[in-house]
Amino acid sequence: MIRVSGLYKTFGKDIHALRGVDLSVDSGEVVVVVGPSGCGKSTLLRSINMLERPTHGIVEIDGTVLTDKKVNLDRVRADVGMVFQQFNLFPHRTVLDNVMLAQRKVRGRSKAEAGEVARQQLEHVGIPEKADAYPRQLSGGQQQRVAIARALAMNPKVMLFDEPTSALDPEMISEVLEVMLKLSREGMTMIVVTHEMGFARAAADRVVFMDEGQIVESGTPGEMFDNPQHQRTRDFFDKILSH
Amino acid sequence: MLAAIVGVFGYYSLFVERYNDAFEFMKEGLRLTIEMALWGFLIALAIGLVAGLGRISRNVVARNVARTYIEFIRGVPTLPMIFFVNYVIVPSVVDFLNLDLQSITPQWRAIFALALIYGGYLAEVFRGGIQSVTKGQMEAGRSLGLSYRATMRSIILPQALRAIIPPLGNDFIAILKDTSLLSLIAVREITQNAKIYSNASFDFRESYMVLTFMYLVLVLGLSFLLSRFEARMTRYEAGERS
Repeated sequence: MIRVSGLYKTFGKDIHALRGVDLSVDSGEVVVVVGPSGCGKSTLLRSINMLERPTHGIVEIDGTVLTDKKVNLDRVRADVGMVFQQFNLFPHRTVLDNVMLAQRKVRGRSKAEAGEVARQQLEHVGIPEKADAYPRQLSGGQQQRVAIARALAMNPKVMLFDEPTSALDPEMISEVLEVMLKLSREGMTMIVVTHEMGFARAAADRVVFMDEGQIVESGTPGEMFDNPQHQRTRDFFDKILSH
Repeated sequence: MLAAIVGVFGYYSLFVERYNDAFEFMKEGLRLTIEMALWGFLIALAIGLVAGLGRISRNVVARNVARTYIEFIRGVPTLPMIFFVNYVIVPSVVDFLNLDLQSITPQWRAIFALALIYGGYLAEVFRGGIQSVTKGQMEAGRSLGLSYRATMRSIILPQALRAIIPPLGNDFIAILKDTSLLSLIAVREITQNAKIYSNASFDFRESYMVLTFMYLVLVLGLSFLLSRFEARMTRYEAGERS
């Protein structure tokens, strides 16, 4: 369903964020990407919906080659949900409007229909009562759940999560992870960049370890956590699992 | 203190002979002063928005055109720029389009001059306001499938507006003051009227005191309205937060 091949991304002259990444994700698969900061995992994720234009290589979603210059990216992005570290809710609009906006403007849904979908999705992420609040009135965890609802309201084929819990206070992390876990059980195709190894173990079909702009190895959570093949992978897990 | 000065000036302008004569003569120009400031500002807003968007566009041509325009405007003082628009740009454009120069009244030439000058300043205000909205907002809009334009319109600009409105108010006051320069291209706004009246009557002291009174009332009145408007905006924001 998603195919990334030979992906390179260079910032400026000599920052090589991605150095030849190949990755395939099947429909319904949950892939968790881990690695030290600066390893290129966020850049990889942001390349999948072309928020970052790769220097070389191919990104293909559901048969559409996004790296082809003629492709209408807006249309593809409507089918690819993205959740950001900083939530990026629209602060001048209510929660309900946040979830309705793109449905109306991109999907062309009527106000009634978009409103109904929005309420369903807010219910889905567990905060239907906040529909009329403004983002700044919500806690970080609630904001991130609204962001997830906003993406889901577009009926995406795949959801991308870019460190969705990294900006949250510790006590709010689990409410967001629970929503994500629920999504994975419902069969959503997901690519998740995170440091939450508990989530990776519980939800991932596959864990991908990246370092220095390359995929070092990948495997089931069991294989990766209990028996990593590469020294770099072992060092990384030792470091983050020890505390 | 200021109120006392305005009060004294006002008393003279309205009730003291000769001062009041000057006032009666000059007030015919008030309407033109206000109209030119308003029209000039409205057109400048449109130019400023387009130039401000051009300045941050990813299109190289748009970016360079916008930057050239803004730097050109900022490179010339207001008065020479008014002469330049009045005596160079407008006649050239009129020639080019094969129109009759007389069909464009001095008032409109003056308005174009103000609009072009302030368009350049407002472009920077718009650019600053837009750039004060975090990059994540654009990314969030785009990732939902909205086009650049749609994201700009529904997400970025409404937020930028909050940062833009206070400086816009100041620029409106500035444009109102700068209408006085238009007396030098013979537009009969209040400063020009003061010159005409004083030259004919030799009542220089009377004419220019009345003129000062008129500007004080206009500018102070406008500042007052703007501060009320801003206070309402911040109250609205605070209310939202609670």
